[in-house]
Amino acid sequence: MKILYPFVAVIGLMLFAFLGVQVGMDSLFGIVIPYLAFLIFIGGFINKVVGWAKSPVPFRIPTTCGQGQSLPWIKQAKIDDPSTTLGVVQRMALEVLLFRSLFRNTQADVYDGPKLRYGSSKYLWLFALMFHYSFAVIVIRHMRLFTDPMPFFVPILEFFDGILQIGAPTLYQSDLVLLGALTLLFLRRIILANVRYISLPADYFPLFLIFAIASTGILMRYFVRVDVINIKQLAVGLASFSPVLADDIGSLFYIHIFLVSTLIAYIPFSKLMHMGGIFMSPTRNLANNSRMVRHINPWNDPSIKPHSYAGYEDDFRDVMAEAGLPLEKELPPEEPVAEEEQGKATETPAE
Amino acid sequence: MADMKVDELGVSVARGPSLMTGAVPTKDWQEVPAVFKPGNYCYPAKASMVEYHSKSLPGLFGEPREWDVESDDWKLPENWKEIIINGMKERLDKFRSFKIFMDCCVRCGACADKCHFFLGTGDPKNMPVLRAELLRSVYRNDFTKAGKILGKFAGAREMTFGVLKEWFMYFYQCTECRRCSVFCPYGIDTAEITMMARELLHLVGVGTNWILEPAANSNRTGNHLGLQPHTFKENAEYMLDDIEEVTGVRLKNLNFNRKGAEVLFVIPSADVFADPGIYTFMGYIMMFEHIGLDYTISTYASEGGNFGSFTNNELMKKLNGKMYAEAKRLGVKWILGGECGHMWRVLHQYMDTMNGPADFLEVPKSPITGTVFENAASTKMVHISEFTADLIRHGKLKLDPSRNDNRIVTFHDSCNPSRGMGMLEEPRYILKHVCNNFHEMPENTIRESTFCCGSGTGLNTGEIMELRMRGGLPRANAVKYVKDKHGVNMLSCVCAIDRATLLALMQYWNPNVGVCGISELVGNALIMDGEKERDQDLRFETLPGMEGDADV
Repeated sequence: MKILYPFVAVIGLMLFAFLGVQVGMDSLFGIVIPYLAFLIFIGGFINKVVGWAKSPVPFRIPTTCGQGQSLPWIKQAKIDDPSTTLGVVQRMALEVLLFRSLFRNTQADVYDGPKLRYGSSKYLWLFALMFHYSFAVIVIRHMRLFTDPMPFFVPILEFFDGILQIGAPTLYQSDLVLLGALTLLFLRRIILANVRYISLPADYFPLFLIFAIASTGILMRYFVRVDVINIKQLAVGLASFSPVLADDIGSLFYIHIFLVSTLIAYIPFSKLMHMGGIFMSPTRNLANNSRMVRHINPWNDPSIKPHSYAGYEDDFRDVMAEAGLPLEKELPPEEPVAEEEQGKATETPAE
Repeated sequence: MADMKVDELGVSVARGPSLMTGAVPTKDWQEVPAVFKPGNYCYPAKASMVEYHSKSLPGLFGEPREWDVESDDWKLPENWKEIIINGMKERLDKFRSFKIFMDCCVRCGACADKCHFFLGTGDPKNMPVLRAELLRSVYRNDFTKAGKILGKFAGAREMTFGVLKEWFMYFYQCTECRRCSVFCPYGIDTAEITMMARELLHLVGVGTNWILEPAANSNRTGNHLGLQPHTFKENAEYMLDDIEEVTGVRLKNLNFNRKGAEVLFVIPSADVFADPGIYTFMGYIMMFEHIGLDYTISTYASEGGNFGSFTNNELMKKLNGKMYAEAKRLGVKWILGGECGHMWRVLHQYMDTMNGPADFLEVPKSPITGTVFENAASTKMVHISEFTADLIRHGKLKLDPSRNDNRIVTFHDSCNPSRGMGMLEEPRYILKHVCNNFHEMPENTIRESTFCCGSGTGLNTGEIMELRMRGGLPRANAVKYVKDKHGVNMLSCVCAIDRATLLALMQYWNPNVGVCGISELVGNALIMDGEKERDQDLRFETLPGMEGDADV
């Protein structure tokens, strides 16, 4: 069910777009929904990030993944346990660009004994890297459609993406890598017992959705040709807020753009917000300098005070005197007999 | 002790039906209820303890009452759900970490097999991701649009008594060790999530006695054991006799609550109370005598460990506040802290923010070497391992490491000093100078990847012994590896909870492996002025080469 529902949902979305265009709702799917989705994305994204930012970071809680700054002759892990902003930037860059934490991943096995063994496990790192980079390349390549003239780096990127020059039109490697990575990530999710067990419908949905987007895109480029001139006209029009809709774009395109609209509108309300969250994660983006520099907690309550020394001495003055411990206030002249209560936790401590 | 024998438990870990062994539960995790049986839960807090804490921190600990975990009536207040949801809202607004960690998990599973409780129990809800989902599902239901619209599809569920039971079970099967956080691509820290969940549980009066009673003791007597000032002092002074017997030297500078000392030394109180912590304590004071440190120990602030941090922020702050208060009253220049775990997480990450600025103190400077501890410039607190490493570096300690030749030592990075403050090298540097046989455990089980002892955060209690032995299995297993390979017979660490819990863990999984603090080994190796020829170590065990007829 966890897998079926999201699968059916994506098929449903495709059918919805297909049927919608059949009954002539081209402008709804070609113009209104993309704009709406974009608005939802921008608004939702900002709303989410502002929502996060509104909550303070009261305490410095970086996870230290190496030796911290200490005595001058002890070598600090400046990136894994940064004490400066430069170190934090490096740590975040490695995290965001190279998924450093996933690179550390290990897999534990338990076998008779019981014995535990931890092997390096880099495939999630690899699949994730494949997925995210090919996705990024494809998004950038799409700028060809939205810009006129297109930025200089788009053709360069396209050149390298198609450098193997397979087929005509030239096959983009990123298309293949994206589909491959999605398949691997999906297989990982259903084959590994742990990961299958923790997965929610909301984890399969984006996988299917992106798979459908990639497939429709590839179909359009290599198999079922659509009118690229008209698509570019529409895309540039959308980008310049004067969209023009040609008659014969083809329903495959509408399915594609509807799925893309769904994806971008879905981002702010889902786990896909990890793209924003990673930059704000307090265990990663803080310098580990909390003993060096004082940090302020905006809601710190100064009225919370420790049980006072005076109260403590009042409780124990007689036994303290007997034990020869220094006192702030001496015992009254008539000494009460100190009761020997040997180190037992009292049932009802009194403050 | 654990109900199960080692063999039995071992078989059940390796073959029992669990995700760890590839046996996938047939039911979805949301459909598996938490079932309490003797041995899998900590006893609830006594009404008197709740009442005690509520006096100074009203509203944070719920209604004082006696209740039974196994019963289906926890005598919750009528509006308990409302209290939880409101409490959650408040905490989402106070902690960005909580908000972000609720939102951006992609359930990639990188954390799944990183938790010692998952490895030892195989229970899927001990995968950090699912532990967090226990809370996250309610968050989605009440605080997100997707959850409100899509419900179960988005992984949302309503807060029910069943959910509360799960929270109690699994947030007291998390020791906030943060190992999962190292591997999470977004740095999601289950310790933060567990802390929030425990705060929420306490709001409706669902707490455990083994946390609230030590916290009450810490508040009133200064230490979690409830040692009153005279007892604390006597306990510490007993050790002078033992030291004299071993070394022939009577230490003169142990003193308490002395105004005008240069340094206030704060220890985890277990170090004056229980074996093997007491040997660590001997090591501390022998070293201080050796270098002539002008220090004092406070009976009022006689606890480094902070049981408040296992309940909520407010109690953590309240208990922590004593150290600065006492440093101010005594007029010391700076504070030195003993070998303790949570104490150091609280000190390092919270203290200055909660109870600073410590502007009445000076930036710590070692009076022996002149080293200024810039890394503690603001909190003014130095870790004993930093202090000792600096002394050794400057050649200020006369050491004979061969006195520890009967020890084949490995080092357990305690979670909090390693993952909470980044102290990895100092203890190793000390070890390499005070003993000749030191072997590291396997790579993925030390430093930032270190495994928890399995009983931190107030889980060091007898009623859950089997759970503790399971939770500590990954640590025990790594020790077993070096025990088999190098003959390791001593597990050293820099945490008082470790010294208490690892001892039980070793006795169970690796008999013949002892547990010690680093400072105990320092004490053994120290060549004190005027000492006699030593033939025993601090445990009165015969030193190598001094055996005579006795067997070691």
